[in-house]
Amino acid sequence: MNPIGLNVYILISALLFAIGFFGVLLRKNTLVIYMCLELMLIASTLALVAFSRFNGTLDGSVFVFFILTIAAAEVAVGLAIIVALFRKRHTIAVEELNTLKN
Amino acid sequence: MDNLLFYLFTFLAVGGAGLVVANKNAVNAAMFLLVSLVGVAGLFVMLDAALMAFVLLLVYAGAVVALFLFIIMLLDTTPGSMKPFKPATIAASTLGGALLLLGIYSLSKNTMLSSSPATGAVPTLKNYAEQLFTTYLLPVQIVGFMLLIAMLGVIVLSKRFDVTEKKAP
Repeated sequence: MNPIGLNVYILISALLFAIGFFGVLLRKNTLVIYMCLELMLIASTLALVAFSRFNGTLDGSVFVFFILTIAAAEVAVGLAIIVALFRKRHTIAVEELNTLKN
Repeated sequence: MDNLLFYLFTFLAVGGAGLVVANKNAVNAAMFLLVSLVGVAGLFVMLDAALMAFVLLLVYAGAVVALFLFIIMLLDTTPGSMKPFKPATIAASTLGGALLLLGIYSLSKNTMLSSSPATGAVPTLKNYAEQLFTTYLLPVQIVGFMLLIAMLGVIVLSKRFDVTEKKAP
């Protein structure tokens, strides 16, 4: 049997989400920012699976399927955008991508 | 034994995530993302969702991280070029993260959250399939269509349009 309560899982999920959030705000490399976005998505799936298990319903786990599909599509499109950006500007550091600023 | 495994997987998940953010090299960051994923998959197994753990590892380790590594190698950015963080950025993100953690912590103190898992049979592959093909049939179709659109979008984005690129200065 599982002696660990739901609140522990929710806390771990929030911790992972916060770490990903830090990464998105702090890092300057677009690829690492994407990895941190993935981390935030994984944290949300952990919360969904935990809720699904502790409430005895299947819906949360089924929703994880959709999140994974969206994440895969998002990564493909995002990396294609990064490649197109690199081809035009020869950099992927966010502080140098300021064409729209002025 | 269960507790020990839980702590191990939690350590892997959170430690890997921390090193993704703290690492200078993008390739190492992708590898630590993989470590974090293995930890989360282990937590899924502890939540009796072995199928979810399998799908997570298959999609992320098999496709997403491999794609990340491929793009890192393709772009060939110089490693170790992490600049020091600005104080304002650190202050803002610490405040935001602390607020988020505080909110979730106060939520997790709520006594309405059950401390023991629901009794009853562990969901099997058959249950998942039944849900996906009855209740969630329309979302499955929409998600499939969205994958098709994403694939078309990627083809358009990464194709070289020589005519338009020659005109650009």
